[in-house]
Amino acid sequence: MLIRRAPDIPDSDITDEGLYHTRREWLKTAGVTMAALAAPGMVQARTLQGRQPEDKPTPYDVVTTYNNFYEFGTDKEDPSRNAGSLRTKPWVVKVAGEVKRPATYDLDDLLKGLPVVERTYRMRCVEAWSMVIPWQGIRLGDLIRKLEPGSKAKFVEFATLYDPKQMPGQRSRTLDWPYVEALRLDEASHPLTLLATGIYGKPLLNQNGAPLRLTVPWKYGFKGGKSIVEIRFSESQPATTWNVAAPQEYGFYANVNPDVSHPRWSQKSERRLGEFFRRPTLLFNGYADQVASLYSGLDLRVNY
Amino acid sequence: MRRAGSLPALVRWVLKPALWVACLAPAAWLIHGLVRQDLGADPVKTLTHTTGLSALVILLVTLAVTPVRRLLGQPVLIRLRRPLGLFAFFYATLHLAIYAVFDHRLSVADISADIVEHPWVLVGFLAFLILAVLAVTSPNAMVRRLGRRWQRLHRLVYLAAALAVLHFFWLVKRDVSEPLVYATILAVLLASRLVLRPRRPSSAP
Repeated sequence: MLIRRAPDIPDSDITDEGLYHTRREWLKTAGVTMAALAAPGMVQARTLQGRQPEDKPTPYDVVTTYNNFYEFGTDKEDPSRNAGSLRTKPWVVKVAGEVKRPATYDLDDLLKGLPVVERTYRMRCVEAWSMVIPWQGIRLGDLIRKLEPGSKAKFVEFATLYDPKQMPGQRSRTLDWPYVEALRLDEASHPLTLLATGIYGKPLLNQNGAPLRLTVPWKYGFKGGKSIVEIRFSESQPATTWNVAAPQEYGFYANVNPDVSHPRWSQKSERRLGEFFRRPTLLFNGYADQVASLYSGLDLRVNY
Repeated sequence: MRRAGSLPALVRWVLKPALWVACLAPAAWLIHGLVRQDLGADPVKTLTHTTGLSALVILLVTLAVTPVRRLLGQPVLIRLRRPLGLFAFFYATLHLAIYAVFDHRLSVADISADIVEHPWVLVGFLAFLILAVLAVTSPNAMVRRLGRRWQRLHRLVYLAAALAVLHFFWLVKRDVSEPLVYATILAVLLASRLVLRPRRPSSAP
């Protein structure tokens, strides 16, 4: 099958300049050359200049031990302690709904032929903390084109595994399991949206949503469904877990927005993990240049 | 008579030092963690939560002094109440200071906006104000000066504890089991006040 690739932004344009350098510090001899090559395309660097302190990747041990993954417990440290019970091989993903190729795929078959990209993104939690994570994965848009959604498809829904035997947190009804998240089809097809399979060059650990998770860098972290077992295309807006649990607190869109307050956490600023003082939160988590056009004409205060 | 004679000594030489050690332990643990840079992925969160939780727990222990004293018939235990209350205030002060410095860089405008926007911040702030008033009126001289009004004023400690529990309840995202434990303890302590009436109502302040 021919997989057409849309004209895309090179990875280096999406990874921030600061990150771009840090990740390549080990390439000492090539450092200057890399900076020279990287500089003209730094979309983010412009947005951030003079406003934000530097973005440095959050250490691997922090990214893998400080997680919100209620299927393994509600404390940040619970997922890294409890996620060992999850078996990620073999892994099948059901593709369903308004799509030309509904089927249950083995994960390897689902991702076969899709280019793996590396992206370093800020990750802003709705709880007002943030990280910077070097991801690997595939562009969700590439997969969507491969699956060929029907003309009725307007939304894509992602369901996390439901299996209380493997996911002890599901034994209590903290949330309405299984965890479901969804995007509008144009959001899902945006080149920044990833289905991640790894971080820091290593396969995803269970606590980070192995073997397949959603990563949408301009939205709050809870939009990133983990350990995905079903991808469903639909015509109407799906019910999503946190939105159902507390609609006044968690909207369907969940775009990072310092001007839309949350009843519990101020969204004006955030704490980058490891830092003591807070930094200002940017509209669309600093990715406004790439994604703001998706929402032209939409009142972001109403559609939060 | 032997017991009555030895208990004040026990309070003075054993229980009070133990109280100081126990109440300073969370602060010592935090300082140790700061020096070792070992306070977890989000050190400010650890500082905020540990000081807040210490304030709440010590406040509840403070409230337990009178019921326990009546249950055991040992009025001398009252000597533990003031240091406990002051330690609760000490941690509440640290809690507020950490919030004001690290979350808001001491900006009065930011803090005011946060208090207005988030009722649970307001609730916590009110609890702190009550504890501050109680701490200021805790020396013997103030007890003497305020006379009977002192006791009425210091009944506000129950309001402070209720506000502190509500503050905790309100900020929890989903899993309320932990604040529920403290709410239950507070309810039991309040109920015990009704069950365990003072034996000599006129003598004990």
